[in-house]
Amino acid sequence: MNENLVDARGRSCPEPAMMTRKALMNAGKGVVIVLVDSVTSRDNVARTASLAGWQSAIEQQADGSYRLTLTK
Amino acid sequence: MSSIRRFLASRWGPIVTGIAVGVLAPVLVSLGNPGNMGVCVACFSRDIAGALGLHRVPVVQYIRPEIIGFVLGSLVAALVFREFRPRTGSSPLLRFLLGMFAMIGALVFLGCPWRAYLRLGGGDWNAVFGILGLAAGIGAGIVFLRMGFSLGRNYPAPAALGWVMPVLMVGLLVLLLAAPQFGRDADGHPTGPIFFSAKGPGSQHAPWLIALGVGVFVGFLAQRSRFCTVGALRDLVLLRDAHLFNGILALIVAAFLMNLVLGQFKPGFEAQPVAHANTLWNFGGMALAGLAFTLAGGCPGRQLFLAGEGDGDAGIFALGMIVGAGFAHNFSLASSPAGPGAFGLAAVLVGLAICVIMGLTMREK
Repeated sequence: MNENLVDARGRSCPEPAMMTRKALMNAGKGVVIVLVDSVTSRDNVARTASLAGWQSAIEQQADGSYRLTLTK
Repeated sequence: MSSIRRFLASRWGPIVTGIAVGVLAPVLVSLGNPGNMGVCVACFSRDIAGALGLHRVPVVQYIRPEIIGFVLGSLVAALVFREFRPRTGSSPLLRFLLGMFAMIGALVFLGCPWRAYLRLGGGDWNAVFGILGLAAGIGAGIVFLRMGFSLGRNYPAPAALGWVMPVLMVGLLVLLLAAPQFGRDADGHPTGPIFFSAKGPGSQHAPWLIALGVGVFVGFLAQRSRFCTVGALRDLVLLRDAHLFNGILALIVAAFLMNLVLGQFKPGFEAQPVAHANTLWNFGGMALAGLAFTLAGGCPGRQLFLAGEGDGDAGIFALGMIVGAGFAHNFSLASSPAGPGAFGLAAVLVGLAICVIMGLTMREK
């Protein structure tokens, strides 16, 4: 399960998108969870997932960060 | 409000921002800004460095309200949409150095990526080599990113940290309007502390309130749309994502059309405003700038917008650019319309070497 958790909080562009892309490629399909803490990263990760054919569901966490659940 | 938010976050956001910059920059030129310099984050930060006396080149000294507006416009957008998020701690010292070298490279070319695209839209074909250099620098940055380059993560900071850059910008605005003068030397030259050009590009500027308004407007749009002139090429190559790149295309087309309308489109290589025709160093200067911007995560405009939403590391980068401009002129690294400065080429090579060392050593296991 840990392999499918990407913690991209606090990262500069384009690291969150790159980390997500790598995790999606490694997983192939299934569920990948990505943590980010900026809206820019949230949108970039969701777009990266969508370009690779994955669905994303976004939840805002209590501390203001975002948890994206990517599925394919 | 939420429909504006959705629209600017959509694929249209960067395009609308690009059109706004492409239209408004030539208007600022027609209102007084230097040729093909409606907006240039590098040139304008350099003018601010001069106005503060960090260099004493008399023709490039002015506190540019556009820069102030970029930060404050982004601040307003971030506050309105609840995205003001103070943060810091991602290798600030290295970001300062990257800002310095990005500026030195940009001043060898004579413009940041924004101005490179605006110069192209004004018919200055020298910009083509600058943009090719920019692409090469971004390409090198992508290689380092693929090898695991990272400046590390940032961490949330107290609100006060996020306000530092906006407050500094308000301070600059006060200095612009008050322009304190402490006296004159024996030859009758002003001794500062604020210096404004009496001739040359520094003396050419649109009315301050209009320049500030354009800056705030663009800062607001760019904070919402995440507009970035370096991320555009980077994401296209690295992620096959044209989201930001479409904004650059829109900027160039809009600037071209607007320059035609205003009679400012003058195609050619020679005698272009605030530009030189040294192909190799137009390329080389922007290659250094492109690499430094890519390692820092975004173009100089983007750094100002991030600073406006509370990113202290982006603020440090912007301050590094201002200090770098001081060095660039004091050490004869910056070019002039006559050609590259005496030590500009050496500085580009040193800067590239330092960026490569950074790219190779700042990696996560």
